Amino acid sequence: MNIGWLTLLLLLPFVGAIVTMLVPRAKALLAKQVALGFSLVTLVLTAIVAIGYNRNGPEDYAETYTWIKAFGAHYALGLDGVGVVLVVLTALLTPIVLIASWNDAQNGRWSEKSFFAWILGLEALSIGVFAATDVFLFYVLFEATLIPMYFLIGGFGGAQRSYAAVKFLLYSLLGGLLMLASVVGLYVVSARAGDPSYLLSDMMKLDMSQNTERWLFLGFMFAFAVKAPMVPFHTWLPDAAGEATPGTSVLLVGILDKIGTFGMIRFCLGLFPNASEWATPVVLVLALISVLYGALLAIGQTDIKRLIAYTSISHFGFIVMGIFALTSQGLTGSTLYMFNHGLSTAALFLVAGYLISRRGSARIADYGGVEKVAPVLAGTFLFAGLSSLALPGMSPFISEFMVLAGTFSRHKVIAVIAVVGIVLAALYILLMYQRLMTGPVRDGIEKLKDLNVREVLAIAPLMVLIVGLGIFPKPVVDIIKPAVESTMQHVGVTDKAPQIPVTEGQK
Amino acid sequence: MSHELTWLLVAVPAVSAAILLLGGKATNAWGHLLGTLAPLIAFAFGVVLFVQMQGLGTEERSETFKLFEWFSVGSIKVDFSLLIDPLSILFVLLITGVGSLIHIYSIGYMEHDERRRRFFGYLNLFIASMLLLVLAADYLLVFVGWEGVGLASYLLIGFWQHKNSAAVAAKKAFVVNRVGDIGLSLAVMSMWALFGSSAFATVDAGAEHLSPTWATLLGLMLLLAACGKSAQVPLQSWLLDAMEGPTPVSALIHAATMVTAGVYLVVRSNAIYEVTDAASTAVVIVGTVTALAGAIIGCAKDDIKKALAGSTMSQIGYMMLAAGLGPVGYAFAIFHLLTHGFFKANMFLGAGSVMHGMDDDVNMRHYGALRKYMKVTFVTFAFGYLAILGIPPFSGFFSKDHIIEVAFAENFVVGLCALLGAGITAFYMTRLMMMTFFGEKRWEKDVHPHESPSVMTGPLIILAILSLVGGALYFAGHWIVDWLEPVTGFEEAEPAISALAMTLITLAVVLVGAAIGVMLFRRDIPREAPVRVSPVTTFARRDLYGDALNETVLMRPGQYLTRTLVWLDNRGVDGLVNGLAALFGGMSGRLRRFQTGFVRSYALSMVFGAALVVVALLAVRLS
Repeated sequence: MNIGWLTLLLLLPFVGAIVTMLVPRAKALLAKQVALGFSLVTLVLTAIVAIGYNRNGPEDYAETYTWIKAFGAHYALGLDGVGVVLVVLTALLTPIVLIASWNDAQNGRWSEKSFFAWILGLEALSIGVFAATDVFLFYVLFEATLIPMYFLIGGFGGAQRSYAAVKFLLYSLLGGLLMLASVVGLYVVSARAGDPSYLLSDMMKLDMSQNTERWLFLGFMFAFAVKAPMVPFHTWLPDAAGEATPGTSVLLVGILDKIGTFGMIRFCLGLFPNASEWATPVVLVLALISVLYGALLAIGQTDIKRLIAYTSISHFGFIVMGIFALTSQGLTGSTLYMFNHGLSTAALFLVAGYLISRRGSARIADYGGVEKVAPVLAGTFLFAGLSSLALPGMSPFISEFMVLAGTFSRHKVIAVIAVVGIVLAALYILLMYQRLMTGPVRDGIEKLKDLNVREVLAIAPLMVLIVGLGIFPKPVVDIIKPAVESTMQHVGVTDKAPQIPVTEGQK
Repeated sequence: MSHELTWLLVAVPAVSAAILLLGGKATNAWGHLLGTLAPLIAFAFGVVLFVQMQGLGTEERSETFKLFEWFSVGSIKVDFSLLIDPLSILFVLLITGVGSLIHIYSIGYMEHDERRRRFFGYLNLFIASMLLLVLAADYLLVFVGWEGVGLASYLLIGFWQHKNSAAVAAKKAFVVNRVGDIGLSLAVMSMWALFGSSAFATVDAGAEHLSPTWATLLGLMLLLAACGKSAQVPLQSWLLDAMEGPTPVSALIHAATMVTAGVYLVVRSNAIYEVTDAASTAVVIVGTVTALAGAIIGCAKDDIKKALAGSTMSQIGYMMLAAGLGPVGYAFAIFHLLTHGFFKANMFLGAGSVMHGMDDDVNMRHYGALRKYMKVTFVTFAFGYLAILGIPPFSGFFSKDHIIEVAFAENFVVGLCALLGAGITAFYMTRLMMMTFFGEKRWEKDVHPHESPSVMTGPLIILAILSLVGGALYFAGHWIVDWLEPVTGFEEAEPAISALAMTLITLAVVLVGAAIGVMLFRRDIPREAPVRVSPVTTFARRDLYGDALNETVLMRPGQYLTRTLVWLDNRGVDGLVNGLAALFGGMSGRLRRFQTGFVRSYALSMVFGAALVVVALLAVRLS
């Protein structure tokens, strides 16, 4: 039997996790090197897949095997533009997190190697989630990602890590439970229509009554809204990100939360197009609230990691807004946003982590004047902050602007209010920078060391990508485009034509 | 060399900035030299382009070069393309020319600063961004340059960020500018929705088909953006604080170039303002109000840089006013922008030279009689002074006189305000001159004023000469008007009275203002600012209560809101959902129990969950 590319991508980190665990406990360094090696090979493989996808299209990467015949469940993997982008993000962030977290797991509840192994396990499951083209398989993997994340938060975080881990789990399980109900419901619909099949391609053709569709949509949507997270289901995130190690936070916010917004595109819009349109007004308002509420809360935080967590709530508000604006700019922008947010938030969390590990405190009030003693640290922090506030010229600007413009073309009031978010973003980032980095050097800061080579190495690729994709985003945008077009077509929406079309001849 | 290489203008300083900022200490020894070379190369290239343009016909002078497709989404396509035309080339020359002089000056001014290399890196970043701003051929690309200069401004205002005041001022500048960015963002979004593009060519072509409402909205959005960048009322408050930055920064960014970007934006968008009287009127009102407000603030400041900053606000108000008047005013707005770039950069650098000799003291009450100690600085500053007053034949005479003339022709009240502003300008500038260079010396014993090194006085002399001869742009056969006409159009204003009478009246008002200044500040200036002053003086000293207003209306309620939300989020939302979650899990809210031995519980719930799936599916199957 030929092993498909995607299966290989999924297996590789999984095998890596097992091998890492098999390394004797005394040889922690070797275990870490093995883990890093596996993640790097996965990254190379992912790059090959992405390039191949770009050249040959999705057909080469589809795999379908019957799994549980009675349920119509399949082991089915495949890629579309949205999936590719997120798989690449996952494969990219994992080695970066491993390098940046090299010494972060020494004081954990469990061995250092288990930290690295869980990360690889999470990578495998995340790739599976983004590639699954069977609803049942997706659900199983979706729930399974909770396991490594639970251990990563609960085993290697701050003082309140257990509380945070449990809270994370309860929220997620609650969301998962409602989704399960919908998954079962889908089976019923599918079985009634003939042979039950959980294949996404089959389910997208299902005919549902209006009520059924709406109920099933709500089950999925709720799970994704918890995951994303949207206000008012967001409070688990600041706790989790505040207690977890910075590396775990990157994986949590950068990758795992994207499953929520990814799910909205692939499953909410894919399976329940009419219900999605029906829910648009409410979702847009909630997204708008998330944008502003997250930003205001970020401004008011006194803890660095919680602050960054709240900025992400605001960013996820933008992503959801772009998805449910149901325009090609909005959808493209949101997908690109997911990728760019992964880069910028990773950079921000990791540099914040470097800072916190030096001083041993995440309280903003414990800092001041860092720029004077550690200019490289301060400079990279500012860079990451600027990309988080979507400075034009950096990659997040293009995605945020597309989201806003896409929303504007259909829902002017929402977009106009959401634009205020750009002022609030400047406030939360620059206030934090001012408090941490500027002013007179505070006690306990004088001897702060600047970044070492390993630390710079971990974030340099992020910075290169943020600038590079800010100037030349076309490759990523072009990968996303066909997926957005087919989604729009499936939902049955088209962009509004310009009011005053200016033809080439008129110019 | 040819026009296709226009991108080099942006690339050269950008690469230099990258080398200086990423190169680290290795570049310390020669960083300032590379940093100065970059704008000089760009300037030389700009001159070549300019000379080449002279040989071209009017039509051929505007050319757009597409470098690559930035991105396309749906039916919207945005190109990374540059536009070189009579308007942008003037800006290129101003930015790189004055920019180079200020770089040279900074070699001396920042000599003893251990972070001088980084200073030059930031300056180069600014030059690159500013050139992108004026060369971009698409509003979205303008935005990149627009925010780039904002970033450079932020970094440079806060250059001495170990001072809290500098760090706060930098943040304030950025945040206030972001408020302006709301306008630019919405404008580009509207253009996408209206024209399906934000390229200049498309917007210009489509503007005449705009509905009156959309035209007005677009005009107002762009005006909001312009207000932020150009420190126009109501977004003026950041500029005075921005003086926390090193003085060359104030000269380059906060006087000669960046703060005029708003004027550029309005002039560049002339096709839109052409079809909306309402928005054009708003531009005139904003300009007029700021021209007066800045002048009044300038009267009350003892800090030499803040007095000049008030003056900058005011002078940009004049440009804005002229730009708002439409084709009768565009050319004069740009003309004044250029001459102001010369004489204001000159005076700011002069102020820097004074501070250099006075141990960085900025308080004019501690100056006095410096004309004897800093002869070059004094004479060059005097050139700038005569230019801003509008004394013939200095450059300001030609540029400002025309704005007042056109203002009177279009609207009597606006004209009167402009005339009054000229009088106030003469007053506060004379005050500044008298307090700094004349009267008795008022400095402490251990201060030893001295002339600055020639690397600093050299640029001063060149700028002083430009302040004198800059008027030639106009009086040499109305050159600038004809030059800009293909871009901005031109209409002759119908003067209310003869040009000569207008000139004489203006001169009279200016001389009265200056005379009052001389009389009041000739001598007997107390070293400490008088405390018991009239409400008017307090009003002016407190920047017309702009900050107080912001604080009461925005900051305090904002802080209150944030605090309330944080409290609510911790108690309310979290508490509620926690309770709910606990209820669902059947755990009666006692999470504590699960902190130990939770692994087992988790495994159990997983098994339970999986079992549930199977049972559920089987149940359905059986039915």
